[in-house]
Order: sequence, then structure tokens, then C-alpha cells
Amino acid sequence: MGAGNHYVVVTKRDCPTCQLIEPALAELADQGRLKVLNQDGAGFPALASAEVVDDHELDGSWALDVEIVPTLVCYQGEKEVGRTEGWERAAWRQLTGLDSLGDALPEFRPGCGSLTRDPAIAPRLQARHGGGGLTARRLTLAALEDAIETCYERGWSDGLPVVPPTPERVITMLSGTERDPGEILGDVPPDLVPVSIEKIAINAVMAGCRPEYLPVVIAAVEAALEEPFCMHGLLATTYFSGPMVVVSGPLARRIGMNAKGNALGQGNRANATIGRALQLVIRNVGGGRPGEVDRATLGNPGKYTFCFAEDEDPAWTSLSEDKGFSREQTTVTLFAADGVQGIVDQKAREPEPLCRSFAAGLRVVSHPKMVQAPDAFLVVSPEHARVFHEAGWSKQQVTERLHELLLIDGSELVQGAGGMAEGLPAKLGDRAFRKFRKGGLTLVRAGGGAGMFSAIIGGWGASGTIGSSPVTKEVRS
Amino acid sequence: MSETVLLDPGSERDPVQREPRGLPADLAGRTVGLLDISKPRGDVFLDEIARLLEAQGAAIARFKKPTFTRPAPTGLRQEIAEQCDVVLEGLAD
Repeated sequence: MGAGNHYVVVTKRDCPTCQLIEPALAELADQGRLKVLNQDGAGFPALASAEVVDDHELDGSWALDVEIVPTLVCYQGEKEVGRTEGWERAAWRQLTGLDSLGDALPEFRPGCGSLTRDPAIAPRLQARHGGGGLTARRLTLAALEDAIETCYERGWSDGLPVVPPTPERVITMLSGTERDPGEILGDVPPDLVPVSIEKIAINAVMAGCRPEYLPVVIAAVEAALEEPFCMHGLLATTYFSGPMVVVSGPLARRIGMNAKGNALGQGNRANATIGRALQLVIRNVGGGRPGEVDRATLGNPGKYTFCFAEDEDPAWTSLSEDKGFSREQTTVTLFAADGVQGIVDQKAREPEPLCRSFAAGLRVVSHPKMVQAPDAFLVVSPEHARVFHEAGWSKQQVTERLHELLLIDGSELVQGAGGMAEGLPAKLGDRAFRKFRKGGLTLVRAGGGAGMFSAIIGGWGASGTIGSSPVTKEVRS
Repeated sequence: MSETVLLDPGSERDPVQREPRGLPADLAGRTVGLLDISKPRGDVFLDEIARLLEAQGAAIARFKKPTFTRPAPTGLRQEIAEQCDVVLEGLAD
């Protein structure tokens, strides 16, 4: 090495090692074959005989794919023939052929991270240089255009402002998954458009997600595309329902989801944005918009977002376990849900009266005389769950008892009974009917520590094989 | 102000404008498919439509979707396209 070679060194004033090796850089500069790229502004290093480039835009450092400063890169002509990172005197001497280079310096000092690897900066550089594997169509805004208003004008919003999906933000979002941005998950109804991880990431940005939520959003989209969930019909129906997302398992806690007080309400970023991201994917990728294929008569507020975490109960099986996974696996369960109907019981201290209160509330889902049509979720609050724990009742026992209490005599259900025209044909009056089909009632625990209130969440009138069944998918990184 | 670039969150499909075929002058001798989507009492409505169309000399072919909540299966759509000149679909109860 040595004769005929020329050198590029990438430095940063903020790096103590870069400051330490200034004398060695001066020695190398005296050979007349040195160029320095400095990452944090002009005026460093002070070298009379070398070309020092202010690389604060970092394009030069990016092109060299530098991870550490200082980095010494050795060229023969145009070709890189070697590089070393940090200050390792022997390596610098070998690459430069200068046997006494840095005599007064220590033998070894590690460098610092290159600014090109700063998590706040890297996505910007990647976007500027066409990296990140992004293939979505790009829309360049005029200088005075407001990005949020543009998203509204293009029909990309659910009515609330969205975060403008810039390439930088989408690249940052994609850092939340190891999956290829180009991977296709399936066709999103109603337009049956293939959806890629990249498109999900774009919509997750718009919904306000953080990158660590992305695997949960992806699992929710995967669940929505499963045939038994019947997303097409759920979107198109005149009924109230939309997809509700329940997350069960350790990742829910890790990403800060709320399973405690106000679990079904506002104020938690993960809960709010994961549910919204799923809705935006259906709207933007699938083309499912109200007034078009979405024919809802009234809809429900959960169609903006409806997502919460299970507060896994040590005494009960978790939702993941109920769906055939382990407690350590994080899963997403989708349910075709209407709104929340509260059920209050502040007096019950034994399982039986509490089950009777729950059953009376569950009876009216859709209509007190409608049976085997909708499914339901019962979100049991901790104070209600305690009543069952103190008596040693498992979740399965409670569910079983509710089904028994919701076996209804046909005479109460036929048309005209109770003065209501709605009901079953008169000929079915001598039979008994389960309110919910087998597997149609799901219990989870969530909510704050105070309050003997639980939540009944009724489902779409078309359940099971003729409509939607809850679908559970594991969250993968 | 620096330039803002946004990534398209949508399908990127250009809308395909498809012109509907013109209506036939009359239905005599043509096959009319009646698609029942499996909503309650759809059959009652379509029975009446069939009676009226038969009076105009149309041949009727009846079809039924397994459930109103899902799009018609591909095989059923093909069957209708093969057998019918015109199709009527009962959309809701």
C-alpha cells in the first residue's frame, strides 16, 4: 500500500477520537492525497493541505456506507481497496504505508457512530436516495400545498386528520417489522386489491402508529383477509358492525396497549391507532368507503377504531389460549362488532346471580327475540371477574352457564309475542333456542380496578358460516 | 419550503370506465337469469318477476348465492354468463 493510493476519511467534530487523530490526519494530508468528509459542519478538521468537505447533508457519508467515524477508506484510482474504522494505529499505518503515522497517539481508540446511522436521520437519507424498497406511487406536493389537506382531498382520511405518509415516515414504520415491504398478504375487499406490507405501513403511518405497532396491524389485516371473517360482507352490510381488534399476549404490554381503566375508550395511542390503521387499509387499499360499498344504515363510532388489549387473568385462560395458542404467544382476534352495551350489577357476590344479570343483558343483543344470529363478546371487568374467582369458576364454566341461561323458549320468540311483530315463525313456538350459536360467545377480561360494570359487545347479525366468525392470528415480527 | 412527497396509500388502480351493454329491445326468446342472493323472501319477489317475464316470452333460469354476505362464487358467475342473455339480481330484503 502507499504509493499511488489516495484516501478519504469521514469524521465528526463531536467524536473525541476524530479530534484525537487530527495530528495523524495532518501527516496524511501532507502527502497530498487526502480528502476529508466532515459530518457536523465546516471548520473541522483544520487541515491546510487537504480537501475538507462539509458533509452535514451526509450524502457523501451515505454513498460510502459509513457506520463509524473516523473511517479511513483507501482507493487505487476509483476502486476501494481497503478501509478501517475508529483509530487502530497499525491498520492506519498499513493502509497508508506511513510507518510512523500517529507516533504520539495511543495504539487504539474506538470511534463513534456515523450520523448516517442515527435513527432520526437514517430514514431521511434512505428516502432521499431511493432506498427502503418502496414502490408505492409518489405524489409530489406543490410548495404551498398542505399535506394534511391533500390527504383529505384525495379521500384518504376517515374524517379525522391523518399523518402525511412521507417516504421517511414509511421507512421508519417499516423498521418495525422484519418482513419484506413487497410481501403480498392477500386481496382486500371490496375491490379485491392485493395488499403489500408497504401499503399497510403507509396506512399505519397515516393512522398515527409507531413502528412497534406494525406487526400487530399486519396480523389484524391478515385476520381480516381470512375467509371466515367475511370482511367483504361486513363492510357492505347495512348493519352497524365493523372489525374490532382484541390483542392478547405479552406484546400488547410491551407496546403499551391499554387493557386497564378506559380500555375501550380514548387516550391510548396503540389502542387508538392500530384499530384505525386496519380501517384505513380497508378504506384506501380495498376501496371500502361509506356511501359506496359500505352501506351501513347507522354504523357505529367503533368504525373509526375499535381496539383494546386483554387484561390476562391469572385465574382464567387467556384469549390466545382459548383460540388454541399459548399464553406466551401474542395474538390478534378480530370480531365483527357493534358498539358497547353496559351491564351493571353491583349486588352480586356469587356467580349465579351475576350470570343471570349477564344473560339478561346478552338476551337483548340485536333484539330480545333474535336467536342464533349475532355472536357477542363479553368484556368482564376485574371486579366482576373477582366474583367468579372467589367461587373458583373457570371462564369455561361461566360461558357454559350463560349458554344454559340463554336457552329460550320458542313461545317467547315467535312473531307477535310480547306485542312485538319481530320474531320467529309461529310454527317454531314449541321449540327452545340458544341465543348464541356454539362458540358464538367469547369472554375476555379488561378494564379498571373499580366498577362492577362489564361490557357486552354485540356482533353482526350474520354470524358463522353465513356471515362472520371471529378470527385469531398470531403476531409475527 | 422543501418539497413534500407522499406515498399513495391506495390501490393505484386507474378507474376503468366500462360501458354497460345496451338494453335488448325485447326479452322474447332470450334467457333471463334471476339471482337470489339468499335474503329472506327474495324467492317470493323473484317468483313474481319470473311470472311477469315469462309472460313476455322470456326463458327463465334461476340461480342462488350460498349466502348474501359473500360475493357470488366464481363458478356461479360463469354459469350465469354462459346461460343467460340478461341477469336480474335481488339485492336486499
